[in-house]
Amino acid sequence: MIATVGGRPLVNLGLVRAHLTASAVFFAVSLLGGLAYAFQFNNLYPFEGIEWLSPGRVRLVHTNMAAYGFIANAFIAGILYAIPRLTRRPILSDGLGWLIFGAWQLIMTLTIVGQLAGYGQAIEWGETPVFVDPLVLVGLVLLVVNMAVPIFQSDEPGLYVSLWYFLAAFAWTGLVYFMGNYLPQFWVPGTAGAAITGLFIHDLVGLFVTPIGWGLMYYFVPLLLRKPIWSHALSLIGFWGIAFFYPMQGVHHFLLSPIPMYAQYGAIVATIAVEIVVVTVLVNFFGTLHGRSDAIRGNLALRWFYTGMVMYGITCLQCAFQVTLTFQKVIHFTDWVVGHAHMVMFGVFGFWIMGFFVELWPRAVGRPWATPQLLTLHYWFTLIGLALMVVDLTAAGLVQGFSWGALSHFGESVVASMPFWWVRTFAGLVIVAGQGFFFYALWATAREPATAPEALEAAA
Amino acid sequence: MERFGASFLVAGVITFLLGFFLQGVMPVLTLRKVPIASVEDVTREVTPELAQLAEDYPEEFQASFGAATAESMRTAVQEGKAIYVAEACWHCHSQFVRPVSKENLRFGPVSTPEEYQNLMHLPHLFGTRRVGPDLIREAGRHSSDWHLAHLYDPRSVAPYSVMPSYPWFFTDDRRPTRRALALVAYLQWLGSWIPESERVGGP
Repeated sequence: MIATVGGRPLVNLGLVRAHLTASAVFFAVSLLGGLAYAFQFNNLYPFEGIEWLSPGRVRLVHTNMAAYGFIANAFIAGILYAIPRLTRRPILSDGLGWLIFGAWQLIMTLTIVGQLAGYGQAIEWGETPVFVDPLVLVGLVLLVVNMAVPIFQSDEPGLYVSLWYFLAAFAWTGLVYFMGNYLPQFWVPGTAGAAITGLFIHDLVGLFVTPIGWGLMYYFVPLLLRKPIWSHALSLIGFWGIAFFYPMQGVHHFLLSPIPMYAQYGAIVATIAVEIVVVTVLVNFFGTLHGRSDAIRGNLALRWFYTGMVMYGITCLQCAFQVTLTFQKVIHFTDWVVGHAHMVMFGVFGFWIMGFFVELWPRAVGRPWATPQLLTLHYWFTLIGLALMVVDLTAAGLVQGFSWGALSHFGESVVASMPFWWVRTFAGLVIVAGQGFFFYALWATAREPATAPEALEAAA
Repeated sequence: MERFGASFLVAGVITFLLGFFLQGVMPVLTLRKVPIASVEDVTREVTPELAQLAEDYPEEFQASFGAATAESMRTAVQEGKAIYVAEACWHCHSQFVRPVSKENLRFGPVSTPEEYQNLMHLPHLFGTRRVGPDLIREAGRHSSDWHLAHLYDPRSVAPYSVMPSYPWFFTDDRRPTRRALALVAYLQWLGSWIPESERVGGP
């Protein structure tokens, strides 16, 4: 490993640490928002009657901080670490990196304040207030410039799989953000606007979170297993299959809606197609693990990664079924979808991020984990809490869907959901308790006396 | 090397545009045959529900919006939509009726694209979750009194409900403010274009 290039350190660990810290802070905000919101369903909302903490507004903060505060910050930290090491080039400018860091946290703060003050935008996953959107776009462009330049400057003979995903994501993210936050808001009303919103809901996960997440998996998994990825051919099939099919399924978020049926059927076919492609990616990663599965026990980061991949397999299998009109009839509009969303955003990408933290936080703060046993507890609490929540919400969704289909009084479906909503709140408490260990471990590690880098390498 | 890297950026743009064309632009092209009506076009009449709202809360309505004309109603309905967005009502209430699960019996006629082809649906509020019922056929389903009581204390009229209460829509002596009236006007506008003979009642 080259430590410095032209006198500059290869990886700006200060920036990595800053983004990881911000990610943890906004993760805490998102968790507390989600927990408070869950209590509304038990009619025990802690801030009842306070306008700025109304459950509807707090829900916006919950989802937006999960996507843009927690996931985006952690992913930026991940690519800040991975891209220079893959290209042997530092990022374009450290100053620009810090500017982007500051701007992104300002955007998050404005988003929280704006949404609580009643300026949330009516685009799902794009509720960032309208006046913040231009800032986000500028931030994304600067980020892409800062991170893409080392890739283009690199004199490495080949371009590794991770960089394919990052480059594609760089092209996708800004386009997706502009499309979703502007077209249905200002130019395209009604049903056609809904088609574009569906595309945005889908693309935000599919063309920003997914490619960066997989790119980082292709980087970290072979590194930690100390062996190359199993099959280059499957890497190729996976990337190009996802790149081709993923962007054309937006309307599957509004099936059985007034959107033209050909768009709905197209979305269904593309969704089932991409699930087949996803299997090739999973086969590739489990092929890589083959013969080294003991590593799951010994290395917590790998355990998070592979647990996330199992969840990915489950969600994608679920997608292939739930996208059909037969399933949609029952499960759409129900808690099934909420369970699915939690499994994707937290069970897959959140878990991967936990793996990044396990691997990167000691390097970023220059100290080994102070309390490794708490991290193991964190893993089990999070996994059990999330699994319980997903199973519970999936079952609740079926109850709600069949209750509506039977033409019961709407209130009956609500009453029947009550026990499930109690279990959901309990599962949320388990998750939050697990994150308590995690936040304590982060803090305890950061305040330890500094360790020499060699000792750190040996510990890792 | 550089050209190789650029090819992934180009591939990103092309695949995005292909998906955007198939899933975004094509529905726009299909629906282009239906002209997009203005807000004025869809709020020309003072519907019976809106007239009733102004009649039931004469002082409050007068103070907030003036006389019960089409113009003042339009202002109220538009403000109501903004409040519906600000409070994120659309996270728990959808705005389209599907052709399955007997939704036509529960809510009313199945939604058609033409209904949404006007600027009151910019941005659209289709929604993706029904913690509470769909609201696109809400006009005339409940009285404005019911709506205001429901916003102030949902459990007082719907004991099973888990909806939050919105006391900040009301004055200290529990009279509706401008925001409460606007939101109810918007709710009473939703589905006001459906002829009375085709509406269905009950939750």
